[in-house]
Amino acid sequence: MKVLRDTYLLFLRSVKATWRSPAWVMIGIFQPICYMLLYAPLFNRLTRVPGFPPGNAFQVFTPGVLVMLGLFSATFVGYDLIFELRAGVIERLRVTPVSRMALLLGPVLRDVVNLLAQSLALVLVAWLLGLRASPVGVLLAFGLQFLMGLLMASCSYGLALAIKDVNAMASIIQTFILPVLLLSGIILPMELAPPVIHYIADANPFFYAVEAARALFHGAIGDAAVWHGFAIMALMALLAIFWAARSFRHTT
Amino acid sequence: MAIIETAQLRKIFKTRYSVVEAVRGVDMRVDEGEIFGFLGPNGAGKTTMLRMLTTLLPPSSGQARVAGCDVQREPARVRERIGYVSQSGGVDNNATGRENLLLQARLYRIDKPAIRAAELLAALELEACADRIAHTYSGGQRRRLDVALGMVHRPRLLFLDEPTTGLDPQSRAWLWNEVRSLRAAGTTIFLTTHYLEEADALCDRLAIIDGGRIVAEGTPTALKRSVAHDVITFGLDVYNDTLQRAQDLLRGQPFVHELHASKDELRLYVSQGNTTLPVIMQLCANAGISINSIALAHPTLDDVFLRLTGHSLRDEGPEEHKAAGYDWKAKATGSKKKAGAR
Repeated sequence: MKVLRDTYLLFLRSVKATWRSPAWVMIGIFQPICYMLLYAPLFNRLTRVPGFPPGNAFQVFTPGVLVMLGLFSATFVGYDLIFELRAGVIERLRVTPVSRMALLLGPVLRDVVNLLAQSLALVLVAWLLGLRASPVGVLLAFGLQFLMGLLMASCSYGLALAIKDVNAMASIIQTFILPVLLLSGIILPMELAPPVIHYIADANPFFYAVEAARALFHGAIGDAAVWHGFAIMALMALLAIFWAARSFRHTT
Repeated sequence: MAIIETAQLRKIFKTRYSVVEAVRGVDMRVDEGEIFGFLGPNGAGKTTMLRMLTTLLPPSSGQARVAGCDVQREPARVRERIGYVSQSGGVDNNATGRENLLLQARLYRIDKPAIRAAELLAALELEACADRIAHTYSGGQRRRLDVALGMVHRPRLLFLDEPTTGLDPQSRAWLWNEVRSLRAAGTTIFLTTHYLEEADALCDRLAIIDGGRIVAEGTPTALKRSVAHDVITFGLDVYNDTLQRAQDLLRGQPFVHELHASKDELRLYVSQGNTTLPVIMQLCANAGISINSIALAHPTLDDVFLRLTGHSLRDEGPEEHKAAGYDWKAKATGSKKKAGAR
């Protein structure tokens, strides 16, 4: 099928470009690992606070950092697209019969692969530090990570096409990402939050991703939080893909 | 046979604060096998027109058929048949020349893409740098790769947007040759340019667009003949009323067909420059008008343009460009330099 073939061709192009400067993938994982090494140990005593989710510190903290990686890893990929727009690469491709969906999915899948590789490295570090979690749960958490990669990369490309300006894009992302991060319960679980903030967090899709990932690491695979998280992330990813692909069709 | 045909093609850009009619009802025809030049100053609607014809931008109204298909109803079929080399080129800087060509060939579903890529690398003398990353290419090499990318699928119609802007003379000569040999092989070339000599030398036919409208269309020779007159340009003193007196004196003469005055120049359109020049000089001498310089020229496309639009194609567009913002920027970079020096 045309879309699949074009997606594959453009995926290879993106992978090659990443392969030529692999440092960025490494740098992307530096921050999450800092959290694991420098922040998680502070957590150990907190696990005894009432309202703290079940499990030891790493069981609670690793899935949070995993979602944080999902939030940040692909968020800035739109910058590359802005540079390619300026160089005329996208315009050149849009005059060929290439599928517009593939123009989006090629690089998005590369970003997802990057994210999964970074996630794997993160989980290995956590395991070395003492994480013990359900293997099936961790595997499923990677599925969640896949959806989050689709969502964040598509949003980043969609935003890049809408704004076409690196500085403006940076300020928009910075403005949105901090409240999203704080209200997702990544750094501290939302169970500890006062009711008002808890209500606001209920409207944050990433809160559900964190809840789902925590349940999975704890081995509670049948928990309602798991399918809630999957459903919400899948829906958001689909919407983001269609929005961004539409932008590729209509961009001027 | 027409390979491009437009009817009342129009594009309106709406922003929150203004409505800009970039292309205002263009009827145009390009025949198969010709080199067609599309001329106009910056902001005249050239690029908008090109983007509509290449399916990048949907028209606001009107029709355009390109390579036998309607750009709005069958964009996919138009894309299969046309090649497009944009002003910025569109080379992927993180890939080698060969990889660029291979991807393009595969996206067009060409049989044996590797062979086609090698063929083009050889034809455009890019073999030496074929496997180097494109961001190391010189300006000329990059332009050749741009053109190669547009030709990968042997399109019937190739659009070139200001292909020689910023090129060194050698690369420009190469490109002219390439365009001519493509035409000889049966490809129709549609090129925009703001170099009038280029349009004159290269194009079989051309159209001039200004303010979103086609103001002239025809062969370079016919367009120049439409001016039909030689041009005499006098440089005059800017002081006193010399310019006014010279105008008054010459406007009434039977051999002067047209007269344009600018700051310190008088342009006369006369039928027989060689014989009228001495007469005019005698007249001026008798009236006590001193002339600083004289030039006699046969009409060029710039004269065609000037006559049709009232301004020169070389003019730096509207005054806005020189507005306060520009000065401010210049100052900003100046201070940056200073900061760097410290």
